Amino acid sequence: MPADVQADALPGSIADDFNTRGRDWYVDRAVSVGVFVGGVSAIIFIIGIFIFVTREGLGFALGTLDLKEFFTSMNWRPTSERNPTYGILALMAGTASVTGLAMLVAVPFSLGAAIYIAEFASGRMRESLKVLVELLAAIPSVVWGFIGMSIMNPLIIDMFDVPVGLSVLNAGVILGLMAAPIMTTIAEDALKAVPDAYREAAEAMGATRWQVVFKVVLPAAKNGLMAAVLLGVGRGFGETMAVLMASGHAINIPTSPFDSVRALTATIAAELGDTARGSDHYGVLFTLGIFLFVVTFVINLTADIVVKGVGKKQ
Amino acid sequence: MSMFARTTLDQQNRRVEWLVKTLFLMMTVLLIVPVVLIMGILIQRGAPVLSWGFLTEVPTNGMTAGGIFTALIGTVWIVTVALIASVPIGVAAAVYLSEYAPDNWLTRAINLAIINLAGVPSIVHALFGLGAFVVFFGFGRSILAASLTLAVMTLPIVIVATRESLQAVPHAFREACWNMGATRWQTIRKVVLPNSISGILTGVILEVSRTAGETAPIMFTGAAAFLPFLPQGVLDQTMAMSLHLYVVSTQVPDVPDALPFGVALVLISMVLVMNATSIAFRVYLRNKRKW
Repeated sequence: MPADVQADALPGSIADDFNTRGRDWYVDRAVSVGVFVGGVSAIIFIIGIFIFVTREGLGFALGTLDLKEFFTSMNWRPTSERNPTYGILALMAGTASVTGLAMLVAVPFSLGAAIYIAEFASGRMRESLKVLVELLAAIPSVVWGFIGMSIMNPLIIDMFDVPVGLSVLNAGVILGLMAAPIMTTIAEDALKAVPDAYREAAEAMGATRWQVVFKVVLPAAKNGLMAAVLLGVGRGFGETMAVLMASGHAINIPTSPFDSVRALTATIAAELGDTARGSDHYGVLFTLGIFLFVVTFVINLTADIVVKGVGKKQ
Repeated sequence: MSMFARTTLDQQNRRVEWLVKTLFLMMTVLLIVPVVLIMGILIQRGAPVLSWGFLTEVPTNGMTAGGIFTALIGTVWIVTVALIASVPIGVAAAVYLSEYAPDNWLTRAINLAIINLAGVPSIVHALFGLGAFVVFFGFGRSILAASLTLAVMTLPIVIVATRESLQAVPHAFREACWNMGATRWQTIRKVVLPNSISGILTGVILEVSRTAGETAPIMFTGAAAFLPFLPQGVLDQTMAMSLHLYVVSTQVPDVPDALPFGVALVLISMVLVMNATSIAFRVYLRNKRKW
């Protein structure tokens, strides 16, 4: 029985029928509580992630760690016996350079592909391209890392005549190829969300397809496209295995695309296995985790706000 | 000159139109072709290693020879336990969001949490799994800890896919059922879920594919670089395909060149076959749908 039927307002005999709180009524109550718990579980988990990562890292972050050194020193020597230093500047430079190059590769191509798929392609062509893009997005990051090591690495060494092919260039291109399908899909959704009436109105005024796209659809989908780029940045920033395997994993502030670098995420993946729980090294890796969590949270939140802005206008 | 003849401006517009269209098509192609080429290389270099023995033998000689049997079975364990944990929670969450949730701050917060669960870096999920399941709940490094970590991480996939397929069921179906005097839950169980079960299944397949390919979250929570035997229960450690690829391509000296290609090929085939199945399923359903 739907909750909004007012049993009291009905004539006596029917009201009695409705008032029987039989087994079905209790099952219904139990289920609504059960699915509610499922619903809020997402919130519980995201808070749980924050709490458990903080729990392992906060003691060190507040106690031993010199936050100024953490963000401004480029010396990452957590295993040094006499004088361990925990500066993540070089690691941030590594992450930033790889993510930056990846976005340089991925943003124009995925926006272009999204525009083509959403606005120009039709019928079978569109469906096949969408399926292909979706399949590309499914390739696991460890496979991308392996591709970086075994296919891109010799290719870069041959093409540019450099001694090492595991570099910003390698990791950036790999990451760009990884992030592009996801950005394409989100950007395409953003373009699809622009009401057809907008296009029809412009076409009725005599605009050609590309005029419709550039003057009407792109401005209308601007926020969604920005969110797609932001989520791509978040993806690149947080990617672990591919960057670990393709970047060369050398602590370095890069001056050219052929320099090896080390990313924040990769550092955790490479070093966590060798640390003892409770040690400073263990603590600093969890501190890095808190930092990564906060940054990606902010990126996702911003993307969400940017998209919601568009929702209000329409 | 008639009113409808093409003016110079028209012709110019047409040329620009063609140029723009071609440019975007080329961008799309440039996005896809490198990956197709890479897949070709993977197949070409990995295929010679593949054999029935490669799939059914354990790794030998310090992982420089033999097959991938223990890693394959380990991945099956991890994926199965992760599914058992996440599918019920994910479906419940989706049912809540689609059938019960009012439009309020809590629902907004849940949606934001889902986006963030999907957006948190996999290595942070690994730290969470280590801190929560391995240490705090005391599961140790085990299949259980690894699977629960992956379950939390892939929960958004199930929730989003299920919610979409629940919302695709027309509201009139529910109203018809309520008018017969059915409770909310009876309506969901007899009408909404049966009409969306296949959509839920496509989400589950996607989750399987994602779970099978993830590496970072299981590195420190339950997957081992090498074990000579199969796991006996959920509290054992296990090998896994994704970690095995990382290990044979970076950690082990003197691995024959072709071996990691073989591992990569098997892993990527598993993932792509599952994704293709999910997509085919979805297309089939869309064509079959009567409303």
